[in-house]
Amino acid sequence: MSDIAARGGVRTWLLAESVTSPAQARAQKFYLGWRRFASNPLALIGLGIVVVLILMAIFAPLLATHDPYAQSLDRRLLAPSAAHWLGTDELGRDIFSRIIYGSRITLMIVLLVALIAAPLGLLIGTVAGYVGGWTDVALMRTTDVFLSFPGLILALAFVAALGSGLENAIIAIALTAWPPIARLARAETLTVRRADYIAAVRLAGASPLRIIIRHVMPICIPSVIIRITLNMAGIILTAAGLGFLGLGAQPPSPEWGAMLSTGRQYMLGSWWLAAMPGLAILIVSLGFNLLGDALRDVLDPRG
Amino acid sequence: MAPDGTAGAAPAVARVAEAAAPSGRAGRLLREGGRQAAAVAISLFGLLAITFFIGRLLPLDPVVAIIGDDAPQSTYDMVFKELGLDRPLWEQFALYVAKVAQGDFGNALNTSNRVADDLRRVFPATVELATVALIISLLLGIPFGVIAAVHRGKLIDHLVRVLGLIGYSAPTFWLGLMGLVVFYAMLGWVGGPGRVGIAYIDLIEPRTGLLLIDSLLENEPEMFWSAVEHIILPASILGYASTAYIARMTRSFMLEQLSQEYVITARVKGLSRARVVWRHAFPNIMVQLVTVIALAYAFLLEGAVLTETVFAWPGFGRYLTLGLLSGDMNVVLACTLLVGLTFIVLNLISDVLYRLLDPRTR
Repeated sequence: MSDIAARGGVRTWLLAESVTSPAQARAQKFYLGWRRFASNPLALIGLGIVVVLILMAIFAPLLATHDPYAQSLDRRLLAPSAAHWLGTDELGRDIFSRIIYGSRITLMIVLLVALIAAPLGLLIGTVAGYVGGWTDVALMRTTDVFLSFPGLILALAFVAALGSGLENAIIAIALTAWPPIARLARAETLTVRRADYIAAVRLAGASPLRIIIRHVMPICIPSVIIRITLNMAGIILTAAGLGFLGLGAQPPSPEWGAMLSTGRQYMLGSWWLAAMPGLAILIVSLGFNLLGDALRDVLDPRG
Repeated sequence: MAPDGTAGAAPAVARVAEAAAPSGRAGRLLREGGRQAAAVAISLFGLLAITFFIGRLLPLDPVVAIIGDDAPQSTYDMVFKELGLDRPLWEQFALYVAKVAQGDFGNALNTSNRVADDLRRVFPATVELATVALIISLLLGIPFGVIAAVHRGKLIDHLVRVLGLIGYSAPTFWLGLMGLVVFYAMLGWVGGPGRVGIAYIDLIEPRTGLLLIDSLLENEPEMFWSAVEHIILPASILGYASTAYIARMTRSFMLEQLSQEYVITARVKGLSRARVVWRHAFPNIMVQLVTVIALAYAFLLEGAVLTETVFAWPGFGRYLTLGLLSGDMNVVLACTLLVGLTFIVLNLISDVLYRLLDPRTR
């Protein structure tokens, strides 16, 4: 750190032409990436939306103006007003508060799908890439078969077999989300597989499993994270679609797709029942799309 | 879904074909054909294996589903044997494949018809919807993509990008509902749910199953206009996401072409910008667009599941949803197979077209 002060501030250190430590190189790369990212207003909007979603989920009890489950039948189907910012639904529940609490479900779905699909795809991709041969052919053929299916239909079929409900919807979406990650992890693995450092660890006697987990997987993780961010909008839309069809989260859960599905019956008289949760889905999925798009621009100059 | 060009099997199939080493034209064609056939066969096998596996996942006992809870043990054993559940798994799979090959998917619980007959009835409605949606996306997506590329970084480029991102991000079922509220209930510009006005339902015998064509063949112009009125809103909404996808891909293909030297040469020679763009650069991206269009069509079929539910469109998506809600696995698996098969065929078509159109692959 004394090094930084000597050269006249963090900015100079971050933009210095010759670097003196790996930490500085990494910091420079990050800083330059951030500058490119921040110069794109759409990227900042996307980041802003995602940050707001996360804050909404964390501070839901503080932000909500009403109890999201409290029914009051004398206040049903009220139009948006000062008392109920986004109106009330068919059971007199406050839609604004339900959407705030619904952000927790949306965030949970996205995170759980990412937590299941990313390690699964990572494992399959790295094993296929590192081991090669028939293992590679078999694993990648399976991946291609899953890839050649439309995600929503496959998720529908899985939910049909597993039974409806939020947990099964999450499992079904995760089962359709891993193939692009496996493909990516395999490509990354192929580029490092013959690297000297891998040969060195192998000579030192490390088992293939150890090499894959300790030395190949960490290389793949950054691109896997970007890929899953890019896919999050799709995950949100699929989850909302399942909720809308009545196969995902069940009432009285304030899941946005399920809210939209009930709101549909009151659509002509009370448009806000369906309009508000749909708008929430649109904004959040737009946020993830903007963020993913900008990340891709920063990290993959070719695109 | 967020289509991004990397998902889907088209690139995979193309890559396999690329790997074939060239040695004599006929031999190469033969080898490529062989690889192509092998790729299709593997996809088909995978498709059957996945649907079979999903069928096995079912927590319901298929025997109880047929005979009910109260049947005696002897009946249970008999049906158990009849369904082939006592045989080894691979034999059951072979049996399943044989049935599928004959188009036998069993009966549907809701309609008690054979699932295959139901599908034959509902699938044309979906094809009609998806095709009109594709035509709309092509008519809008390609010009906007080209314009965005030509005016890169200008207002119109940003506008196309933002509109496109909204198209990716909006849930189609929600857009459909809002579209019905605004354009049908409030403005009355379009027909409501369903394929035609009530007066015209079952007026004519289906020939192609496509109402727009059948009504013209039967010389029923009023019915044709009713069908147009009904299809325009769902097709536009279904086509929004694919319009965005096609515009985005067109833009990026076009940018690649516009940075090539031949474009600069043509401009230097004094040709107008419009002529260079449309007569010189555009024909070169048509080959790439074919793959994109095939993929877009496949995603339209997927999007139809939700759109049809909103618009009460009597197509395969609504049929699948009704099957799902009543837990009818015969219907679900048949629909999954049908979509998977359509995807494989579309990929194959785009691959073959790519090969035919691109002189470099000859």
